[in-house]
Amino acid sequence: MHWNTGYQEEALPLLARFVAQFKGAEAVVVPSSSCVAMMRDHYPKMAEQLNDAALKHDVEELLPKVFEFSEFLTKRLGLEDVGAYYPHRVTYHASCHGLRNLGLGDGPLRLLKAVRGIDLVELQGLEQCCGFGGTFAVKNAEVSSAMLAEKTTAILNTKAEACTACDNSCLMHIQGALHRQRTGVQTVHLAEILASDEGTR
Amino acid sequence: MSGTALDPRTAPVFPMAARAAMGDTQLRKNVRHATDVIQAKRARVVGEMPDWQELRESGRRIRQHTMEHLDVYLEQFEENCTRAGGVVHWARDAAEARRIIVDLVKATGSDEVIKIKSMTTEEIQLNKALEAAGIHPFETDLAELIIQLGEDQPSHIVVPALHKNRQQIREIFQRKMNLPDLGEKPQDLADAARMFLREKFLRVKTGVSGANFLIAETGGVCVVESEGNGRMCLTLPETLITVAGIDKVVPRFQDLEVLLQLLPRSATGERMNPYNSIWTGVNAADGPKAFHIVLMDNARTEILADEEGRQTLNCIRCGACQNACPVYRQTGGHAYGSVYAGPIGAILTPQLMEMEHAQSLPYASSLCGACYEVCPVKINIPEVLIHLRNKVVEQNGIMNAEALAMRAMGIIFQSERRFRAAQRMGRLAESPLVRKDGQGQGWIGWLPGLLGGWTQVRDLQSMPEETFRDWWEKRGKNGR
Amino acid sequence: MADNSARSVVLERIRKATGNASSLEAASAEWDELRRGYRRDASLEHDELLELLVERLRDYDAQVLRVGPSGVADAVKAMLQARGVRRLVVPAGLPVEVLPEGFEFIVDAGFHPAELDAFDGVVTLATVAIAETGTVVLQNTPGQGRRAATLVPDYHLCVLYAADVVETVPEAMDRLQATATLATTFVSGPSATADIEMTRIKGVHGPRFLDVVLVGGGEAN
Repeated sequence: MHWNTGYQEEALPLLARFVAQFKGAEAVVVPSSSCVAMMRDHYPKMAEQLNDAALKHDVEELLPKVFEFSEFLTKRLGLEDVGAYYPHRVTYHASCHGLRNLGLGDGPLRLLKAVRGIDLVELQGLEQCCGFGGTFAVKNAEVSSAMLAEKTTAILNTKAEACTACDNSCLMHIQGALHRQRTGVQTVHLAEILASDEGTR
Repeated sequence: MSGTALDPRTAPVFPMAARAAMGDTQLRKNVRHATDVIQAKRARVVGEMPDWQELRESGRRIRQHTMEHLDVYLEQFEENCTRAGGVVHWARDAAEARRIIVDLVKATGSDEVIKIKSMTTEEIQLNKALEAAGIHPFETDLAELIIQLGEDQPSHIVVPALHKNRQQIREIFQRKMNLPDLGEKPQDLADAARMFLREKFLRVKTGVSGANFLIAETGGVCVVESEGNGRMCLTLPETLITVAGIDKVVPRFQDLEVLLQLLPRSATGERMNPYNSIWTGVNAADGPKAFHIVLMDNARTEILADEEGRQTLNCIRCGACQNACPVYRQTGGHAYGSVYAGPIGAILTPQLMEMEHAQSLPYASSLCGACYEVCPVKINIPEVLIHLRNKVVEQNGIMNAEALAMRAMGIIFQSERRFRAAQRMGRLAESPLVRKDGQGQGWIGWLPGLLGGWTQVRDLQSMPEETFRDWWEKRGKNGR
Repeated sequence: MADNSARSVVLERIRKATGNASSLEAASAEWDELRRGYRRDASLEHDELLELLVERLRDYDAQVLRVGPSGVADAVKAMLQARGVRRLVVPAGLPVEVLPEGFEFIVDAGFHPAELDAFDGVVTLATVAIAETGTVVLQNTPGQGRRAATLVPDYHLCVLYAADVVETVPEAMDRLQATATLATTFVSGPSATADIEMTRIKGVHGPRFLDVVLVGGGEAN
């Protein structure tokens, strides 16, 4: 958030902290494509800026072990069917960072297609931005709302019970409007769907 | 829409301008339709190209290479153009460019000029300067003609009048061309424009143009167009005056093989646009007897000097970024308060203003990256936006609400203790605003101050009773 | 140079911005190494790319006739008759063999634009054509003439030889390299605009009608 809004100075200490916390982990799995994109796209440059050779080395070692949740399953573990059961009508929104920065491709969709009982319906304009954009949602609230309106219209047109994505920022944003309009449509993170089985309500 | 020129120095900040623009249903409908159509066309012709990504990469490298050697390529262009009979002028800024052009027109004795659409001439507000000197400029692009007769401003790089529909255009033509019985079909309107302009093409002695590419190796100039008015203005007048930013130069004739593939497919979704004209200096038996070209800086060297901003100069003015941008889609071009709108406008305009104006433009983006995906010369627009945001933040200093809040949050995020404390405080602070729904979930429907922008159309879930950390700690190492 | 001071200032700003004064040698050396991984050669057989060109031209609503070398004048006659044109301007150097009897062909003597406007059309050769994009490239040479003559008249008939047809834009640029400083026009269909509600309208300025006689290469139609 800091880095993307232009507060680079404030963002730098957070890099060091992240590295300190997660250094030595076998894998760091992040249920947010925008966070992973931030790290992959900007951490190396930030470490350069800090002129800290040790930190730079740590970042280089750590980054290959950081995975967005869906890519951890599909790319690192080579999984598609995780044995989930989710008997609901669901539509998938492709978060911008996951789509364009991380190149998740059809990974999330393949994971969803393998879910038993799911009624997966395609979202028109699934690649179009939901309008969150971090502080953009507040600094340019009007435009953000207009973008969100197109997204929720498309979701409602699918008649899905729930909209899913790999990014909680998008989901929080979309949920904000779906709830305000009392549509009864939920948002649910991909992980929640994949964690569901017959025992889940 | 008013006829006052879009000027970043006086334009309202983007959130305000966007709000006004979004109240125009007609505009929004037209912008959505136009961008949908061009995007679909672009996707189709790009999909035909197995080597599209290679073309983009070469396009990027050619442009980047050019900027790194801009001095020698400009000198080479000047030498070759002069040798072929062209006269090369240099302008430090917009004012100087205007002065040179007005003087050149006056020297021909003309009080009229025919113009081809040129973003550069809009950037320097040339028409105003010509009028002030008693010279009437006739815009000859259909869209620019519509804009000029309608006393309006362009809203898109390639399709400047996309905010107008046929009825509005017909109404303008009826009035200004004195054609009370004018039909409504697009073909009728185009025919009217053809007749109206043909008379001028065959008569007016001085032409003014921009340029798409200046070829250093040969001293040639390339103009890319669709309607034929470019060819008219470039060949029929006795004197031709071209103005071009110094970033328009390309090293060699061969480089056009890349750019003439990237540009038409990206700009209008065509395999090739109807007409490209390439001419070198002056030819006594073909075209104008006198050719002048004004090479203009106008802050481009500032952008060149900024390592992270420099890639902005790669731009070949295709407009693909505008068509792909979900923000532009909602607001159209005028909201950006500059002749350069959309994603490229958001990075180019503030830099051309040397960061003294248009500071709200780098924030007119959700950083979705759709622009970068379609940019034929691979300008990483999101990266430049973030870079410019940092510049704006540094300019604004610490003594403002947002900066203080950001700093406070940064401090909180750096410490687990503070973070937990902030969570507890947050739960406390929000509680008067929370209403529970039928399933026990809390929702916030109104937030004060800056955050109120969120709750205009969105609810916010209240903080959970138990945070992830609480849950994790309770479960212990082995628990479920 | 009229404006020495602006010139030096701008060049100096550039050198300061890039951190050095470059040289043509250094720039050339780097240019030679620039990555070009895109297609630079034809992938189709010559007959296939002629067919592709015809298809693309017809997409633009151009009429196209394919003939053997001995059938050119007849083909030209057929097309001119179909268009109902009679009095045409032709560039100096256009071979008389391509022109049929029964029409008025006047060699371009530097007519004023208004005079050019009075002709029914123009007939020329071409330098090269690009099949992939349906483009015909004209240059100021004998048989093709100056730009105004292919711009002002409302109808243009182009006699194109199969050997001058290439598949890709890079191949065309190769062919044009030797004459790169001649006035050059790439024509891809009649002029068009999409400025009115994104509806593509043909023929705003420039010839509204374009026909091509394609000579040689494989079976003639």
